[in-house]
Amino acid sequence: MTFTAGIDVGSTYTKVVIVDENNRIAGHALGHTGYKLGEISRQVYADALKSAGLSESSISYVVATGFGRHMVPFSDTQVTDLTASARGATFFFPKTRTILDVGGQTMKATRLDDCARVKSFRLNDKCAAGTGAFLEKTARYMGYATTEIGPLVATSKQQVAISGVCAVFAESEVINQLSLGCAPADIMHGAIASLVDRSVQLMKRVQLVPEYTLIGGILRFETMANVVRGHLKEQVNVPPENLVQFVGALGAALLAQRRLQKLNLPAGNRRSSEGVPAQD
Amino acid sequence: MAYTAGVDVGSTQTKAIVINEAKKIAGRALIDTGANVVIAAESAFTEALKNARVQEEEVEYVVGTGYGRYRVTFGNAQVTEISCHARGATHMFPRTRTVLDMGGQDTKAIRVRSSGEIVDFCMNDKCAAGTGRFLGAASSALDIPLDQLGPTALRSERPVRISTTCTVFAESEVLSWVGRGKKIEDILQGVHQSIAARSIGLLRRVGIEEEITFTGGVTRNIGMVEALQKGLGTKLNLSEDSHFIGALGAALFALDHVVAGRAPAATGRHS
Repeated sequence: MTFTAGIDVGSTYTKVVIVDENNRIAGHALGHTGYKLGEISRQVYADALKSAGLSESSISYVVATGFGRHMVPFSDTQVTDLTASARGATFFFPKTRTILDVGGQTMKATRLDDCARVKSFRLNDKCAAGTGAFLEKTARYMGYATTEIGPLVATSKQQVAISGVCAVFAESEVINQLSLGCAPADIMHGAIASLVDRSVQLMKRVQLVPEYTLIGGILRFETMANVVRGHLKEQVNVPPENLVQFVGALGAALLAQRRLQKLNLPAGNRRSSEGVPAQD
Repeated sequence: MAYTAGVDVGSTQTKAIVINEAKKIAGRALIDTGANVVIAAESAFTEALKNARVQEEEVEYVVGTGYGRYRVTFGNAQVTEISCHARGATHMFPRTRTVLDMGGQDTKAIRVRSSGEIVDFCMNDKCAAGTGRFLGAASSALDIPLDQLGPTALRSERPVRISTTCTVFAESEVLSWVGRGKKIEDILQGVHQSIAARSIGLLRRVGIEEEITFTGGVTRNIGMVEALQKGLGTKLNLSEDSHFIGALGAALFALDHVVAGRAPAATGRHS
């Protein structure tokens, strides 16, 4: 059996997925990225190997992606996050034409062609108001941790309008709403709605072609997908909850399988037995 | 002797100034705005009175300014902070043609005529990048008190280039530079330069004309003053009371009202 790994070093989390030659997920793991990207990628890789019950020597090819992809010392090659998530999203939903990826510090909209190639994309990476950091800040202003966002917002009955223009200025807005007696759950709901407004704008700029697939850490919050559905008045695909954060890493691992087949290398440990130097 | 007062309720701090008829500052006070804007305004005013050794009855007119100006319950009138900064700056430095006001949550560039009249202004009000909050973020990320930021930055020899725009992301960028072993002073100098560059961009949008007067809370940060002066290639007008210029402008508007009320032509209603 030939295994490959995909490592997605994101701004907030580092994700690793290991797949076998039948494109089945053998293991996955996740860790906080922090500032030592080489170290964390090694550590999360080790965790993923453990979850798959494999040793490092059984992995034939490693593809790194995400903003820190060039800092993964043991990767064979790197692909951009857009390419990796396009592969991952079409693995779950082959008819995907528009991908919305909402992570901790970026929001990306990508349009794919019929062959799942990236045709167009738009990023929001200069301003925290369109990213997970906005939700994290909003939660923190109200005294909630990031992990509590999901359960909290699930109890919301109605949303409070949050302007969502700046994650810093949201603090006074949130405090203001709290002092008016609004429920934290409804404020959180409003913050998600403002994030969705921004994401729909971003998707419009890549043309809004169905089917839509939503990926990234923020999609762990079910409310996010529901609000997008309501906004687009269209069906949207969301990968299984436990994997929604891993779509980029999965895409990278699948691309590694494809690369391996193209290289037509014999199964087994190409990396150590044949001494092929890792590409930088 | 008649007195007037100006109370500037800013997003972060509240400033109060009491002046006499000769337009001289009699007393001043500075407190954190906190959550209760009404109380902040009241206590700043009370403290300024105490500082001036003036009784409340002696103050004939109070003008409120700043974002919380409508919450100055004891105020007789409100004037926008743009007008007050322009007025205060041209009073303190009569040759002022451009004012840069850097506060806790917004930065404003104002171009004025010699009369103190406003020609144009531009502000950073939708985004915290390039405001005092950016310094606040660096201060909390590095655990260095706000008043130490400037002096620390000035020790820098090889400033780091801060590439992020957003204050939220800057906080993580600052930490990532720490993780990569950069010196604190070099990171801080990078932060100051990044804010200075944004402010100078704002100034260009109204047109930079000398002299330039620097107002607001960030004037107390020597690192910011230096970074701006270097970026602009000119000296900025500064005084011990730069932080109070908005409140001073408000007090001057209050005095205008009192004087106008005494002038025979304008006494109709009051006499």
